[in-house]
Amino acid sequence: MTLSEIAYLLDAKVLTGERYLDTEVKTAFSADLMSDVLAFAKPGSIMITGLTNPQIVRIASIVDNSAILIVRGKIPPDETIALAEELDIPILSTKYILFETSGRLYANGVVGCIKKIEGPESVVPL
Amino acid sequence: MSQKYEFSFPVEGENFDDAGKVSVEIKRLLKGLGITSDILRRTAIATYESEVNIISYARQGNINIRVTDDNILINIQDSGPGITDIEQAMRQGYSTADDRIREMGFGAGMGLFNIKNCSDSFEILSEVNKGTLLKILINR
Repeated sequence: MTLSEIAYLLDAKVLTGERYLDTEVKTAFSADLMSDVLAFAKPGSIMITGLTNPQIVRIASIVDNSAILIVRGKIPPDETIALAEELDIPILSTKYILFETSGRLYANGVVGCIKKIEGPESVVPL
Repeated sequence: MSQKYEFSFPVEGENFDDAGKVSVEIKRLLKGLGITSDILRRTAIATYESEVNIISYARQGNINIRVTDDNILINIQDSGPGITDIEQAMRQGYSTADDRIREMGFGAGMGLFNIKNCSDSFEILSEVNKGTLLKILINR
């Protein structure tokens, strides 16, 4: 799907990066943990998150995300938008929750940038 | 002809607003040196995690990078509290992060594990109450 098709499907506002709306998106990674985005997101994927701080833009720039899609109707602070303009990362905002957003994209052919985690299960000490 | 570039970036502890700034700059610089996108990405992910670690746990730290034709060596040194149990710290999911770190979307206990994943060779030297040194090597 292109970013403009995604915006239409999710009734999303394009907050910055209008000029990239023709970008084709094939994969996505949904997370509110930026460490997990750094660990698992693949180049070209769209980051779907409920966070709005400037770190999301820096992370997207580091992992080569094609765009950021903010869920739950949140609008990021001006500094996040300004940084996204500087680093050429489009930001969209939808009122759909993370689950609905991911499901709707999946139903339209966007898949996870990985299916599941390879290797041993993580050990979380209690 | 072999070329060598060296960069050093100071990172200030507790400066949560600027987390990631240095790594974005590092990625931009290395891109200018013609580093390919996969290597660029792995380097920047490793420095980002390290940068967040310095900001979260240390008063001050430095990210030093040496780029040669063969590899990228990243030395990250901080004057933080040190790591008592490195094996435990390396485990996915283990974290000592506080709320400020978690609000940024970090503190999931993925950092060191993630850095190791991006490296071809990875070493931690740490002394309690003195600081930590990470040596990260990424082959080009």
